[in-house]
Amino acid sequence: MELFTNQVLAGIATGAIYACMALAVVMIYQAIDHLNFAQGEMAMFSTFISWQLMQWGVSYWAAFVITLIFSFIAGIAIERILFKPLAKAPVLTNVAGFIALYAIINSSAGLLWDFTIKQYPTPFGSAPFLGSQLISTHQAGMIGVTILLLLGLYFFFQYTRIGLAMRAAASVPESARLVGINTSWMIALGWGMATAIGSIAGMLIAPVVFLEPNMMGGVLIYGFAAAVLGGLTSPFGAVVGGFLVGIFENLAGTYIPGVGNELKLPIALALIISVLVVKPAGLFGRHIVKRV
Amino acid sequence: MSAAEEVVAEGHQAVEAVPKRAMTLGTGTSLVVLAALLIVPVFVKNFIIFQMTMLLIYGLAVLALNILTGGSGQFSLGQSAFYAVGAYTSAVLMEHANINYALTIPVSAVVCFGFGYLFGKPALRLSGVYLALATFALATAMPQLLKLNFLEHWTGGVQGLVVTKPDAPFGLPMSQDMWLYYFTLLVTIAIYIFSVNLLRSRSGRAFMAIRDNEIAASSMGVNVALYKTLAFGVSAAITGVAGSLGAIAVQFVAPDSYTITLAISLFLGMVVGGVGWLPGSFVGAAFIIFVPNMAESISKGLSGAVFGVLLFLVIYLVPHGARQIAILGQQLAGKLRKN
Repeated sequence: MELFTNQVLAGIATGAIYACMALAVVMIYQAIDHLNFAQGEMAMFSTFISWQLMQWGVSYWAAFVITLIFSFIAGIAIERILFKPLAKAPVLTNVAGFIALYAIINSSAGLLWDFTIKQYPTPFGSAPFLGSQLISTHQAGMIGVTILLLLGLYFFFQYTRIGLAMRAAASVPESARLVGINTSWMIALGWGMATAIGSIAGMLIAPVVFLEPNMMGGVLIYGFAAAVLGGLTSPFGAVVGGFLVGIFENLAGTYIPGVGNELKLPIALALIISVLVVKPAGLFGRHIVKRV
Repeated sequence: MSAAEEVVAEGHQAVEAVPKRAMTLGTGTSLVVLAALLIVPVFVKNFIIFQMTMLLIYGLAVLALNILTGGSGQFSLGQSAFYAVGAYTSAVLMEHANINYALTIPVSAVVCFGFGYLFGKPALRLSGVYLALATFALATAMPQLLKLNFLEHWTGGVQGLVVTKPDAPFGLPMSQDMWLYYFTLLVTIAIYIFSVNLLRSRSGRAFMAIRDNEIAASSMGVNVALYKTLAFGVSAAITGVAGSLGAIAVQFVAPDSYTITLAISLFLGMVVGGVGWLPGSFVGAAFIIFVPNMAESISKGLSGAVFGVLLFLVIYLVPHGARQIAILGQQLAGKLRKN
């Protein structure tokens, strides 16, 4: 039983990371209807920026805020420069663009900061949380930040004018344009916010997986899986999906014989697919009725 | 649940509808290309012949994806899994059962057809990104499955299997590379003709009807479930043949050759060639074989970035891939003829 509780708690802790990543994925999906395959690399690059700032002597929280602002602007810039010209291109061409962006960011980060593993500090400390041996303060901090982020987004989208405009632009672009919403900038804003959220995920996970250009590869896949499981149209679903994927991944690794680390991911994906076969729009997704 | 109420995850089509004409090259152009493919190997070095062989093989794999995505509108990131199954089928049959390489190819086509058909069944309810995730799961699982202990006796585990390269038959005065090239070319032409005819046939029209509007297709009496799984099966079978040929050409199979990177390359090949345009598959294959090498030679440290920039250039200039160039060329030729 103790093993079980341990694994569930560890699963919740890693799940918090997946939840953050899934939130970023859903943000972009809402804005542009695509999965951004370069999201993990963008988060990795932001994390490197904050690391570099700290190397130059900036304090953790100052570096954190500067990185958030940098990521927000970089996200908008990427949308304006690289993806706006592709808005009218076929969907699959856009996906190829994401793959190209992935290659560019990964390779530039490798050149700038090389591929050696770097330590990354945690603001919460790594002592056991409240005297319990089960999770560390860093893991508890991650869960806390994720929940705060989710609440913040909820209030932003539910109670602010710009949040409402973004929702309108995402769901019915034509009508949104008719009531005077600049949908093109709403998309850019979505990119900026998604990039900033991704950078938070990156900075939270870096103390756990260590900093290097390929650190987000696995995380992004789990983030996608979590987003799809929760329903790509629901930020809340994405967070729940993140925690569920984290827990399931840990339990499968522990209890199913012969799974181990290597098969954890395929098993987690297989579970998600079985869920999707029953509920094709994900657990909390919005059902869209298709017309002929 | 009736088809009209069917709930879909996405508001838009996974694959954009494309003009129906010009799915293939004209007869004249085809003959010129064929002649070039037949004659060039006589004059070039073995290494270039090997690369041309790989081009045909990857071209076949991209063609298979093109039938699935461009034809029936289903998006797959799991083609590397079918490629691996084909490669391993051939390698195991050749090394453990001593079966002739040429005979292993139809076997791997049948095996992969079954595999694809069975995979297509549960995937029926998924579309768009959800299908992409499902196929992605297949692709990530495949290398791990090939490493499993109880298969090790057959698959050679992590070490993989070495495949013997066949000699030219009937004492033909040809190097092994050259013979394999002509053999691959023969298989490629056969599959290409088959694919063109498939897409022009009743089944092909059913694929395209499903791609353009699933509900309309089913209300016109197209058996959507049957044709969707059929498309998966055919695509898997062709990918499997490509995998077999690849195993014979490279003379080696190992689990880590068939990772998700391969599936992504094939996808990029399809986009660069033009979704739904069969000859484009080979243009796309050339892109995914030669451009990474080129990027490496421009800058070693930044090869990924150079590749990314080149890819961006291509999709900015021709968002519809090589087919866009072909259509432009056609229009230009038409104008010249009028003058």
